[in-house]
Amino acid sequence: MKQDHSNEILNDVTSNDYKYGFVTDIETDIIPNGLNEDIIRHISEKKGEPGWLLEFRLKAYAHWKTMEMPHWAHLTIPEIDYQAISYYAAPKTKTAPKSLEEVDPELRKTFDKLGISLEEQMKLSGIAVDAVMDSVSVRTTFREKLAELGVIFCSFSEAVKDYPDLVKRYLGSVVSYRDNFFAALNSAVFSDGSFVYIPKGVRCPMELSTYFRINAANTGQFERTLIVADDDSYVSYLEGCTAPMRDENQLHAAIVEIVVHDRAEVKYSTVQNWYPGDKEGKGGIYNFVTKRGMCKGDHSKLSWTQVETGSAITWKYPSCVLAGDHSVGEFYSVAVTNNFQQADTGTKMIHIGKNTRSTIVSKGISAGRSQNSYRGLVKVLPGAENARNFTQCDSLLLSSDCGAHTFPYMDIQNESAVVEHEATTSKINEDQIFYCNQRGISTEDAVGLIVNGYAKEVMNKLPMEFAVEAQKLLQISLEGSVG
Amino acid sequence: MSAVQQYIELYRSQRDLIASHSSAVMNGLREEAVALLERKGLPSLKDEEFRRTDVESLYAPDYGLNLARLNIETNPYEVFRCDVPNLSTLLYFVVNDSFYKSVRPAAAKLPEGVLVGGLHDLSVQYPELVSRYYGKIADMNRDGTVALNTAFAQDGFFLYVPDGVVVEKPIQLVNILFGSVDFMVNRRLLIVVGKGAQAKLLVCDHSDDTSANYMSSQVCEIFVDDDAVFDYYDMEESSEHTSKVASVFVRQGARSNVLVNGIVLHNGVTRSNYYTEFAGEYAELSLCGMAIVDKEQSVDTCTFIDHAVPHCHSNELFKYVLNDSARGSFAGRILVRHGAQKTEAYQSNKNLCASPLAKMYTKPQLEIYADDVKCSHGATVGQLDPNALFYMRSRGIPEAEARMLLMFAFTNDVIEQVRLDALKDRLRQLVEKRFRGELAKCSGCRACR
Repeated sequence: MKQDHSNEILNDVTSNDYKYGFVTDIETDIIPNGLNEDIIRHISEKKGEPGWLLEFRLKAYAHWKTMEMPHWAHLTIPEIDYQAISYYAAPKTKTAPKSLEEVDPELRKTFDKLGISLEEQMKLSGIAVDAVMDSVSVRTTFREKLAELGVIFCSFSEAVKDYPDLVKRYLGSVVSYRDNFFAALNSAVFSDGSFVYIPKGVRCPMELSTYFRINAANTGQFERTLIVADDDSYVSYLEGCTAPMRDENQLHAAIVEIVVHDRAEVKYSTVQNWYPGDKEGKGGIYNFVTKRGMCKGDHSKLSWTQVETGSAITWKYPSCVLAGDHSVGEFYSVAVTNNFQQADTGTKMIHIGKNTRSTIVSKGISAGRSQNSYRGLVKVLPGAENARNFTQCDSLLLSSDCGAHTFPYMDIQNESAVVEHEATTSKINEDQIFYCNQRGISTEDAVGLIVNGYAKEVMNKLPMEFAVEAQKLLQISLEGSVG
Repeated sequence: MSAVQQYIELYRSQRDLIASHSSAVMNGLREEAVALLERKGLPSLKDEEFRRTDVESLYAPDYGLNLARLNIETNPYEVFRCDVPNLSTLLYFVVNDSFYKSVRPAAAKLPEGVLVGGLHDLSVQYPELVSRYYGKIADMNRDGTVALNTAFAQDGFFLYVPDGVVVEKPIQLVNILFGSVDFMVNRRLLIVVGKGAQAKLLVCDHSDDTSANYMSSQVCEIFVDDDAVFDYYDMEESSEHTSKVASVFVRQGARSNVLVNGIVLHNGVTRSNYYTEFAGEYAELSLCGMAIVDKEQSVDTCTFIDHAVPHCHSNELFKYVLNDSARGSFAGRILVRHGAQKTEAYQSNKNLCASPLAKMYTKPQLEIYADDVKCSHGATVGQLDPNALFYMRSRGIPEAEARMLLMFAFTNDVIEQVRLDALKDRLRQLVEKRFRGELAKCSGCRACR
């Protein structure tokens, strides 16, 4: 096939612009740059936090100071000056909004632009949304309706005020502040996030959703999500994120903690679309996220689905600790990198309980000059009788200058474990494109078709509302890179 | 004193003694090696590539080194059990780390121009030839163990096959560890196969049955020029008191074909590194290995295949059978560099854990910077298929026998890669004996016959 021509089309397809790159002009309350104990006290004070939380932050900060930034990932991360970042930025509102009308109109416009009209969502789609802008949760919808069932879905700071016992009990129980460099940083400075509690036996009637948005310049976003699913409950949780286009890099270091009790199920879906930087690799978000779920109870299930298209650098390993007997962990991922993006993403499945099962399906697509790595760990501890794992990670290369890498680790300490791993790397088969061409489908469409088919296995796991968005995103991210 | 410090000090105090019993070519690299060793130290558990074998502690004990090259009186046949029936080989011995000169095949049996012998002697005789290759691909920067070997190695084995020469008969090198005290050997192998030449080398490691602890360090450099064909078999059959850290470096020319097969039947702690590099297009490599490990033994293999040029083909297959409290580790890395289009690289690592305490760590890695490639890797850890076991038992095969048959079939894939029929038969026999726990019982060796 005419390599040049098809490369051209590929380039066209992948060079599409980032459409969420606008900046919202609203007054923002930003604290000075830098990080020290005073800043942490200041954040805590601003949020009116109880003493135990401040103590938690200070402990985390003390520990963070002893740590060094990790360098093991297959990423080139420019030096980050942690003193040049502002650790707290909030849209300025005098008092907490009582109703939607009281929310800053500019802010509402922002979310409208993002396609998350809070009102509309509330009325039509039946999804409860918690929108987090910069560091602060702006508005949570559908709260009353959920409260009838006993479901708690609110911003993290509200949860600290209203449900201190629950927060105290679960905060840091899955991701300790000592876990890693970015987790320690987040624990010290986290500003807001979402809190979800599903009581015993409740099947959450709607999808819960959070939208994260970075708006202010020179700030970092450090949110924290905590989800607790009590016995026999079920919840599906969606997360989406965008940021404006800026020349400098911005840091996003979040923590997601999930606790799944007996026979409960949590489904966590992410469509990550932070600003990836321009075509020369300038700007973009550093997405350094720690996500981990603890399948504490027997027969519990946790499923991660992620579509990663944004961020200049992604460093993210949503993990499952399968502690309960018969617990199940799943990880489905599509990671697309283009231009100068770098992604080092994957999962960890830690089998502790008996008869635990895990499935990993990871699809990497690299275009432009990007580097895309899968890094995964499957660990079977001595007591995990009859553990079963299946891992599949495929990589698709769309240009001759990009890279696709796999770093799977398998640590098996129990003889009854059955662990399988397979990985393939290839470019799009010329025969497939030719077949489509023959039937009148242009090369560009053919590539879109093939890539979509390739990612289908993962896309199918996304909730309806997200699947459509993700599919579009996939196409946009790849626009101009087909070959 | 740290493990590495004792070697640096030993070197500094015995510098002249070491040099006086070696050749100028080998002495030439020592200072650089020691400087590197001092700077880098030995790999520790914190090094990603050495997470599963505590190399530092392997080097820590106070081993004796035969730096003055005292002659060790031994009859290699006493220890040697590696006779391959129906396979006539040209047989050479290295006792500890000295080439054994008393017994060796007549030079007349070799085609003209082929050099086989002690690295020390031949590097004195042909300094130009040896210096062209010695230490050229064994990258001391890679890890401290290579630097340490380069600093202390005084002898070893050298094979040179000139351009266009085909050595029909396989060459067999038997490394024997023999002594009554704890000691360390630093062995060095250098193999050069010229353009269009062909050769086969079978290296067997043995040790005597005393309870002394041996530490064996070996660095092997293999240069295979354009259009050449070379087979390298490495068989480990020592005792549980032996620790071995071995690195094999291969550089392949265009259209060359290389087979590397590492088989570990019995040893204490084995750490093997295979670093191979394609320097010319259309070359082919088959890298395979097998380990049968039980008791407290440990096998750790690290491979790195560097696809630096287009159109090369590599095929990697490693299989482990783990019993008792054995530990197995496999880390395989394939790098396809930018521009190495039309590369085909396949990797497979399959492991059988047959006891509750056995542990297996596997880490297959692909790093790809070119788009027109076909690469895959697969890794599995599991047990014997209960259905297959039941099938056999239902046909009157006792369980133990059925298990053995299945394990044997499992490892057979690797044996099938061997390109010498007689060696295949011998290997099958050895593997079967190994599974029956009768490896030490001899059936074929000359001493018993």
